[in-house]
Amino acid sequence: MTDARLFLSGNEAVACAAYDAGVMLGTGYPGTPSTEILEHFSALGGKAQWAPNEKVALETAIGAAFGGGRAIATMKHVGLNVAADPFFSVAYIDVTGALIVVSADDPGMSSSQNEQDNRHYAKAAGIPLLEPADSQEAYDFTAKAIAVSERWRIPVLLRLTTRVCHSKSIILRGSPPHPAAAPFFQRDIKGRVMIPANAGGGHRKLRAKLNAIAAWNENSGLNIRIPGDPSLGIVASGIAYMHAREAAPRAGFLKIGMAYPLPVETIRSFVNQAKRAVVIEEGDPWLVEAIRAAGISVEGKAEMYRFGELNVDRVRRILARDSSPEPVRPAGKPPQLCPGCPHRAVFETLRDLDCIVAGDIGCYTLGALPPFEALDSFVCMGASIGTGLGLRHVLPAEQAQRVVSVIGDSTFMHSGITGLVEMVYNPPASGHVVIILDNGTTAMTGLQEHPGTGRTLARKPTEKIIPEDLAKAIGIRRVHVTDPTADRGAFKKILSASLTGRELVLIVVRRPCVLSAKLIREQGGRPPASSASKKP
Amino acid sequence: MKTTNIVIAGLGGQGVLTSSDILAEAAFITGLDVKKSELHGMSQRGASVSSDVRFGRRIFSPMVPQGQADFLMVLEATQVDINRPVLRKDGISITPEQIDKKVLLHHRSLNIALLGALSRHLPDIAEPAWLQAIRAHLPATIRDINIRIFLLARKSDA
Repeated sequence: MTDARLFLSGNEAVACAAYDAGVMLGTGYPGTPSTEILEHFSALGGKAQWAPNEKVALETAIGAAFGGGRAIATMKHVGLNVAADPFFSVAYIDVTGALIVVSADDPGMSSSQNEQDNRHYAKAAGIPLLEPADSQEAYDFTAKAIAVSERWRIPVLLRLTTRVCHSKSIILRGSPPHPAAAPFFQRDIKGRVMIPANAGGGHRKLRAKLNAIAAWNENSGLNIRIPGDPSLGIVASGIAYMHAREAAPRAGFLKIGMAYPLPVETIRSFVNQAKRAVVIEEGDPWLVEAIRAAGISVEGKAEMYRFGELNVDRVRRILARDSSPEPVRPAGKPPQLCPGCPHRAVFETLRDLDCIVAGDIGCYTLGALPPFEALDSFVCMGASIGTGLGLRHVLPAEQAQRVVSVIGDSTFMHSGITGLVEMVYNPPASGHVVIILDNGTTAMTGLQEHPGTGRTLARKPTEKIIPEDLAKAIGIRRVHVTDPTADRGAFKKILSASLTGRELVLIVVRRPCVLSAKLIREQGGRPPASSASKKP
Repeated sequence: MKTTNIVIAGLGGQGVLTSSDILAEAAFITGLDVKKSELHGMSQRGASVSSDVRFGRRIFSPMVPQGQADFLMVLEATQVDINRPVLRKDGISITPEQIDKKVLLHHRSLNIALLGALSRHLPDIAEPAWLQAIRAHLPATIRDINIRIFLLARKSDA
């Protein structure tokens, strides 16, 4: 396999490197554009798992690293918000095996609710940051991240973006890094138990590590200098570097591979030798601010280029200091719920009953678009239940009794369960209605398994968590399971009675996603049973 | 050698991504530098989807700049206009109406027929590389019929 020439996506390249490096556990929650990393890692033969959410994924990876195993936790950018609690605290703790956190950011929001720039997390938590620009670097930097993590016993953030994750380019699969040590538990109570008495030392230790890594990064080989015309020197990182190389083929370049801690002296010497020095970066002005904070004078981009993805055309405009309005690309056809999608009957009913719908993340967010226009809010994973309860608490009675929270099965497992607990603990005076749209899969990201499907990431059978049983166990007495596609009248009747019933109600709407049955058959599993009679 | 820029567009589920995978793989097998870019996610739900393939001696950005596509291959007539700005002035469109109905031996093989028509314009990629790429990306049950369709469209004068 050494030096094999392969054509891989950035996600596949990360998986390939993790596999070659003997990573013992890959864990994450599916989310575009990160999902294929664990799927490919599993296909190669690695141990890959979907966790209920990113926080649990990272905590599991931390445990693996405490035990001396190499571990990788993957998530989309907003997933790191969910995992931020362990992310910040583990920075203070010595890991034994490598701990790699992959954040797949989505500038331009091809499939996300925001375009947050997760480079901020590296600086905020004090965790080294590597930014590959293509599949070869995704492969090489994963191996490098493992080496950095084990040398300084520190977690490393590998930040990808949509165009790195989902673009394919050629890689040479190199020799694997030095083999991992065998897992072994070494007690270190002072180092790993973050009570205040220990955490102070942990923070000082972290800053000392970062100083050492910053010095090492000046000659780490991760930051590449490409000589060019001295009239223009470009400092760039990630995919922006590729666009810039094409937009300004004669310029000199300093490509930043490890952006935190920054190789400040390398940047200073590069900038000093250029007549004009410009920072080209996608997203927030993060690099340019860090460079300026070090007392180095560089040119950035106009504010308009903070928004959306960069590309060759936009980099040309930045270099030409052109901030005139950009040409508007014609809008394409928007996505829509599939024909036969079980969500359709639900949203038609919610529309007909004029419900106020606190929504959530999944295909069903498309219920906000015509012909339904029956979804009134969507904030983040799991927010439907909390926002629905908040509306119920403050709205006048006539409106409060029309409020419904709608959440998918995978999203419910991710972060809906605590919302349900809140509903039982602090019930609104008017009661509340939660609808779980259980189509038996994580449909939106491409039909991944979750704790409610009874199958693992590798489509092997496992325990299946039943949402209605869980709801009954925590004290919700009104629990219904129904299939509006098969019997719309029954669903409408249950929902109408529940809205004004002043009780806490959970309605599980169960019918498999029309796309999932075929996939599960192909994978050799059994399609989820529907409560509805099968139609020919 | 000049970089060749190709954009493939259509609607989710039509085989846009499979076609761009085959095209990029054929360039890869030929030994060229190649990059392919696409967007996943929402595009699966019947929405507009497009994929960029670039090959040549050395490729940097994976995305085709506006007005620089040499070829625009479109699987759905409604998607021609919205993608036209990417095509260079004397660029070539490959569209469904250029495909002879007799070539379409299978109802879901428009993408392969269009690739066959496109392949006539790409002298850098030889026939065996195309066939190897098609075999690599299609399941065994539909491989032979698609290779026949590809070759018919490649040789057709349409």
